[in-house]
Amino acid sequence: MKRDSAYITGIGQSEVGVRLTRSPMLLTVDAVKEALQNAGLALEQIDGVSTYPGRMSVFLGFSPIGPDDLIEAMGIRARWRSGAAEISSQLGAVVAAAQAVRTGMCRHVICFRTVYEAAALANPQEWPPLKRDTVDGGAQWTAPFFAYSAANWTAQYASRHVERYGLTREQLAQIALNDHANAARNPRALVRKPLTMDDYMASRMISTPLCLYDCDRFTDASTVLIVSAGDALDEAACAPVRIAAMAGTVERPSWDQTEFMACAPTGRDLWKSTDYKPGDVDTAQLYDGFSFQAILWLEGLGFCGTGEGGKFIEGGGRIAIDGELPLNTGGGQLGAGRLHGFGYAHEAVVQLRGAGGARQIPGDPRVAVCASGGGPLATALLLARD
Amino acid sequence: MTLQRPVPRLTEENRFFWTSGADGRLRFMRCNDCNTTLHPPQLVCRKCLSENVAPQPVAGTGEIYSFTVNHQKWNPALEVPYVIARVAIDGAPGVLLTTNIVGCPVDSVKIGDRVRVTFERQGDIYYPLFEKT
Repeated sequence: MKRDSAYITGIGQSEVGVRLTRSPMLLTVDAVKEALQNAGLALEQIDGVSTYPGRMSVFLGFSPIGPDDLIEAMGIRARWRSGAAEISSQLGAVVAAAQAVRTGMCRHVICFRTVYEAAALANPQEWPPLKRDTVDGGAQWTAPFFAYSAANWTAQYASRHVERYGLTREQLAQIALNDHANAARNPRALVRKPLTMDDYMASRMISTPLCLYDCDRFTDASTVLIVSAGDALDEAACAPVRIAAMAGTVERPSWDQTEFMACAPTGRDLWKSTDYKPGDVDTAQLYDGFSFQAILWLEGLGFCGTGEGGKFIEGGGRIAIDGELPLNTGGGQLGAGRLHGFGYAHEAVVQLRGAGGARQIPGDPRVAVCASGGGPLATALLLARD
Repeated sequence: MTLQRPVPRLTEENRFFWTSGADGRLRFMRCNDCNTTLHPPQLVCRKCLSENVAPQPVAGTGEIYSFTVNHQKWNPALEVPYVIARVAIDGAPGVLLTTNIVGCPVDSVKIGDRVRVTFERQGDIYYPLFEKT
């Protein structure tokens, strides 16, 4: 154990579904309770709370629970808390928690991400949708052209890849096919039915070249990770996983002024603070809210060269559970549900602990990389059992 | 009836951009000291931190850097499909303007196509759209 490192000691997840009737606060409490049990910690030992992006009143289904809501609801005595949107991305909440425990501000931090977009969409009276009649900030450069969705913004990076590097639909399909195959082995996954290449090729376009199966769908769920200080591990009863490196670099905080997404500089920078190399990684859990983002993460993290992501995943064998780099083993966001970034770290811990059941990768995995975010949002974490 | 587009909230930084089409010209903020084009517009140069910045007209032509054909009705009033593109603007190095390509079949659009600005006025706003040349 490294006393000056931060560790993930517990993981938890609520029911995952679409149009759930259980309230988002109770889903969050469910996930917290499971994570506490998983870590062997009591609620009284928690002294920090971290989330992304915090409570968002303008679009409550996207993030209905902030750190203050959870602290109040569960009676947590927090010495430190954070719920910020302008950070590296979803897993930036874990980065913040790791910094907090490493500087001694607190010892055990509940990191959570609760999403309630499907339930909110079904009940607009109680959960008002995002208003877009007037826009400012970054949204003014996309929404006035009916480029409302990150699907549209991501699709333009994908089109460029198709044009410049020859990415094919058959290659792109491997992300969705792999996600569906893995989700079928994950009892908590949102989607449990298999997907064939024929299904994929026949599906309707959302925003070319992204079709229906390239896009995640609104989900109701809460995911929790407990981050603990390296000198507080004896207070827990678990197999801790060390956060061996973290990165969250952005060169332009913009969805349209860059050639590559922020995963490129973030992936490069992840390796600057560790002796581990991409070749040491036993499994990769990479953001795929839109399938193409996972391809850019593979390139950005150096698993293959720039522009080679399509060829790297061709045929799907390399990224399958028994392949040389098992990818998104829990089903990613296309299979497990739109857990919004936190699912990747959750699954990395599952695999490193050998707790994957039917989806457990073979061998004795020691090192996993997980990453969240697309466009200007990017966080990469290297997790190790060392 | 043309669908109302989302309306940018006008500020000291962006007012010139969204009203620039009144005389038919597209403008971008430019640093008068180091000539960097600043988009999104800023009141200070991101290269040299000079405050000697001002909107400058460009030719209004460019090249499609990337695009997507959107098929999804994000709201019931939307007419699909339509083309969203990032246009590399002539005379504004490094700037990629998100816009719509109009006046042509959606399946005729290609990366590298040459385009020219055309403004769609709605209220006080002149939305810069592009047509193939």
